[in-house]
Amino acid sequence: MYARSAGLSVKSSGGNNSTLQGPSAKQRTQAQGKGNIRKLMPHTEKTGERRPSQSRGNRLSQLFSSSPKANQQPSAQQALMAMQNGSSPSITASGLALPTISLSTATAGEPNQDEPPTTLFQPPSSTEISRQKRFDAQFGPLVDPTDRYVSKHHGEPLEAPIIDEPPYYYVLTTYISYLLLLALGHIRDFFGKRFSKKQTYKTLRVANGYAPLNDDFDSFYTRRLKMRIDDCFARTSTGVPGRYINVLNRVSDDFNETYRYTGGATETLNMSSYNYLGFAQSEGPCANAVEECVKRYGLSFCSPRADSGTSDLVCEVEKEIASFVGKPAAMVFSMGFVTNASSFPALVSKGCLIISDELNHASIRLGARLSGAVIRSFKHNDMLDLEKKLREAIAQGQPRTHRPWKKILVAVEGLYSMEGTMCDLPGILNLKDIYKFALYVDEAHSIGALGPKGRGVCDYFGIDPSRVDILMGTLTKSFGANGGYIAAEKHIIEKLKSTNSATMLGESPTPAVLMQILASLKIISGELVPGQGEERLQRIAFNSRYLRLGLKRLGLIVYGHDDSPIIPVTLYNPAKISAFSHEMLKRRISVVVVGYPATPLISSRARFCVSAAHNKDDMDRLLAACDEVGDILQLKFSTGIAGGLKPLPEDALEKEKIGQGAKGPKLVIEPPRWSLEEVIARGSEDAKMRLR
Amino acid sequence: MDLHEAQVYLQTSLHEISHAFQKVPGSAVLVRYIQSSYQNDPVRSAIELVLVIFFVRYLLSPSYPTHDPNYVKLRDDEIDELVRDWEPEPLVAPQTQLEEAEAERQPIIVGPTGPKVKLSNGKTVVNLASYNFYNFNASESIKEKAIQTLRTYGVGPCGPPQFYGNQDVHMQTEHDIAMFLGTQSCIIYSHAFSTISSVIPTFCKRGDVIVADKMVNYSIRKGLEASRSNIRWYEHNDMEDLEQVMKKVAQEQAKKKILTRRFIVTEGLFEMVGDCSNLPKLVELKEKYKFRIALDETWSFGVLGRNGRGLTEAQNVDAEAVDMIIGSMAGPLCAAGGFCAGSKDVVRHQRINAASYTYSAALPAMAAVTASETLNVLQCNPDILQACRDNIQAMKAQLDPRSEWVRCTSDPENPIMLLVFKPEVVSARRLSNEDQERLLLEITDEALANGVLITRLKSFPLIGSIGTNDIDIKPALKVCITSGLSKKEIEKAGMTIRHAITKIMTRKPNKQSSTLAA
Repeated sequence: MYARSAGLSVKSSGGNNSTLQGPSAKQRTQAQGKGNIRKLMPHTEKTGERRPSQSRGNRLSQLFSSSPKANQQPSAQQALMAMQNGSSPSITASGLALPTISLSTATAGEPNQDEPPTTLFQPPSSTEISRQKRFDAQFGPLVDPTDRYVSKHHGEPLEAPIIDEPPYYYVLTTYISYLLLLALGHIRDFFGKRFSKKQTYKTLRVANGYAPLNDDFDSFYTRRLKMRIDDCFARTSTGVPGRYINVLNRVSDDFNETYRYTGGATETLNMSSYNYLGFAQSEGPCANAVEECVKRYGLSFCSPRADSGTSDLVCEVEKEIASFVGKPAAMVFSMGFVTNASSFPALVSKGCLIISDELNHASIRLGARLSGAVIRSFKHNDMLDLEKKLREAIAQGQPRTHRPWKKILVAVEGLYSMEGTMCDLPGILNLKDIYKFALYVDEAHSIGALGPKGRGVCDYFGIDPSRVDILMGTLTKSFGANGGYIAAEKHIIEKLKSTNSATMLGESPTPAVLMQILASLKIISGELVPGQGEERLQRIAFNSRYLRLGLKRLGLIVYGHDDSPIIPVTLYNPAKISAFSHEMLKRRISVVVVGYPATPLISSRARFCVSAAHNKDDMDRLLAACDEVGDILQLKFSTGIAGGLKPLPEDALEKEKIGQGAKGPKLVIEPPRWSLEEVIARGSEDAKMRLR
Repeated sequence: MDLHEAQVYLQTSLHEISHAFQKVPGSAVLVRYIQSSYQNDPVRSAIELVLVIFFVRYLLSPSYPTHDPNYVKLRDDEIDELVRDWEPEPLVAPQTQLEEAEAERQPIIVGPTGPKVKLSNGKTVVNLASYNFYNFNASESIKEKAIQTLRTYGVGPCGPPQFYGNQDVHMQTEHDIAMFLGTQSCIIYSHAFSTISSVIPTFCKRGDVIVADKMVNYSIRKGLEASRSNIRWYEHNDMEDLEQVMKKVAQEQAKKKILTRRFIVTEGLFEMVGDCSNLPKLVELKEKYKFRIALDETWSFGVLGRNGRGLTEAQNVDAEAVDMIIGSMAGPLCAAGGFCAGSKDVVRHQRINAASYTYSAALPAMAAVTASETLNVLQCNPDILQACRDNIQAMKAQLDPRSEWVRCTSDPENPIMLLVFKPEVVSARRLSNEDQERLLLEITDEALANGVLITRLKSFPLIGSIGTNDIDIKPALKVCITSGLSKKEIEKAGMTIRHAITKIMTRKPNKQSSTLAA
């Protein structure tokens, strides 16, 4: 697989749209990124002194562009290698920021005229190969230029995905397993607390006049269920969480009480990080911009926004985010969780009502609770239930007094992280027109990951963002940074800025994070390195559909909407949670597994997070692993109602079209159990059509 | 004809049903039981039937009441009308005058923050408004280290700690902080402001008792609110009052024969007042009455003590005697995020139960490395702290004894100097809190016009929080000292501030209101 991708990257290096491939294209990208840093830095800088030496260097190097490059390359290599080992004490900045050549003025399409025509072909040196390998480990090269898809909704009403159910045997064994685990846990607790002298029980007992630190009931799940499979969680990683992630090797000698690190790390295919657009990179235009920014701005603003933490950089980022999501104004926060937790209290208070989707994230629930408003929830994505709740709320008014509610705020998420479902935004907006509530959409997972331009659910459904009152999102996931934002009308943002506690008292985002946001936003919108942003967006959309279709065809039960990059695969039995994680790790794939209480008791699942950094080879590798593991763990039990069926015979589609309204040909639903070869052979074509 | 067909159909289906019923195991027993009981006592059968119906209904009904007792049943058209008539309030209220004035004057810094900063209007001013006490922000070696980290880890860790977001650098930083403080273990959060708001509800549940200082900061109050515990307050820094409250709690619980978790929550250096707690006394009381302490060292970590270890070092208390030490890496350490240090059990419990740890992305690797680096600097050369303390004294000499209008409520070693109006000034001029805020806003303006950037204490987010009804948070000027300025420069800045205060306070009253209106 790797040999194939390397070969292809050389072949496609001349292609102008695959901006991420091949050494020459990459250098151009990097150099251009460097050139654009000045563009990124706010304009006010121009009044300051301008480092004449560098600009002179530029002009000079324009003349001799080949020679500094040749000299620079090895030193940069050494620096990088040294850094990988983590031993080099001094890394000169000039060595890292690769070409100091002219390219600050070059544009992307333009062929590099300074290149001396003397070198015809040089086989890549070993350092170059390792460098390329390192780059590919963070962002995979595109295998086939057609592996793209535009993430877009096609107008039909959004239907809830069909939830397939396993045979009763698995349901029954799952319940029995939990029953056994609970019973055993309680028995061990009962005797342990009375007779054992082990440390584990110390926090559960009254000791020295102090009440136990945690209630045994509260921590029962953690101690007795999670502890058994604890090595599947919080695996320590190192390096960039890009296409691959390095997981430190560890063993536990005391049943996951403590871990012993055995040294070294395993490079695994990263299906676990929220790196939707592949911006987790330590090289490329973003990282270059961040480096330049750290040199200029330092490490922190050391102050809340309201004191002296408001910089030109943060204003620039806010402006950029606002125009990206299509709202007049925006504000950034240094943490996504706090964005929600502090915004609800600033928006609603006593006498208001929050109607929240039952599967909303913990941060929304906490924010809602702290706001003092009344909270009600509606069934996940169920518009009928929402309407019922709204009618009842408006008709009944506040409890006891029956006074009308001051405000009603409906809070939903764009993309649900455990289910992979999208919110039915068109449906909610229809209700909003009738019931006049305010709408808060949390785009933590959907911003960047959905829509033809990556602008979230509004973009995906082709809806004007002004119809949603508050658009919230995080910058952790698609942009490879940290923090969150809120975008809304100008007067709302202005008021929030002067009432939101996190702005008044909490720390402001660091310069490095802000620059990462700015650079990645500009890449997505095409202002920086044109073409790359589009490529990233279309790659994640293709990968999501390809993988989802493949998994369904293999016979696994997959949740969520077709275009969502979050792909949960159900496992059911609790023992399969850890078994799946281990089997995948054996095949060098890192996955997230979740069980009760993050999911309903019965449907514990593994979750794949698809990224633009993956390519088709990675997806095939994952499908092959799932095929094997699915057989070993008996996970292939889909009935076919949720998709993945064998394609219809040629004429059936037409017949179906003609026969619409009347009685069309009956669809044969049989359990899909495709062979891996079939899945891979048909996948890329079928993923671009309507999935069935 | 039809009737006949229907009859046949009915008969066959009845036959099928009875046939199916007979197939069910135990059906014969049931039929025999009903038959015999009906023969013996028909009334009993009737009662049993009613009971069965009731039982089925009971099983099918929801386990809680769906409507509160004063639910009004309305027709659909009535509801439609109500929906049409209902007009919600606008989502946010318009900005108040003070908020508008403040937003207008918000200084925008161009370029890096430091002892001297350039503002967007082109002026370069002395910056006494950021927590950059030791000017680590300008340190080239720390920057270099951060860039190295960037080149190995990228910026964000792209996931919560439980899902591969936990990196080796985080473990290293946790280890470094634990070693620095002398605790068993430590956990780092990605946001300092929300750390304690998350730590408190992780341990304190409904029914537990928390005794808190009356002047604790906003984050703590949010934690107290989220915990749903039983909260008692004691007068600010009044150890006798604290003992009274603790004794009462202990007596109450002894009487009721219950034992719940009991906590004291207080701050090392108080954000709202600036003074520090008496930790030895707190530890003594805690041990006497069997309470646990959660100490918020957000403002004292990196500030107090010989090496900046915080209140424990400054007052010679073993850090292990304090159950939870919560601190920030975002202030003087120039990194980001917060931490909670304590025993292994305390830390482990947070790793899965603390909301803002579990449900939030991990700290960027760069920030974690920066924190480790700055801690190392603090540990190796404590002179840096001394330089800052000298500057604090120099500033204090310019302001506290010399100004006839304000006094400093902060601890002598606290680089955040809070200046409040003297009580006699307030009473003589009958200044309400709002008047004071306005005067302070003008003072900061005046100081900025003369080249010194200072701010005010932002206390109003606290309004409406838990336990703020009977406390008086005095409006204050906030002057943050840094060792990045020479003693001369500090003295000069101090003089500017003093003159600004005098100028605003000695102005004629009518002029005051006219500028405000504008």
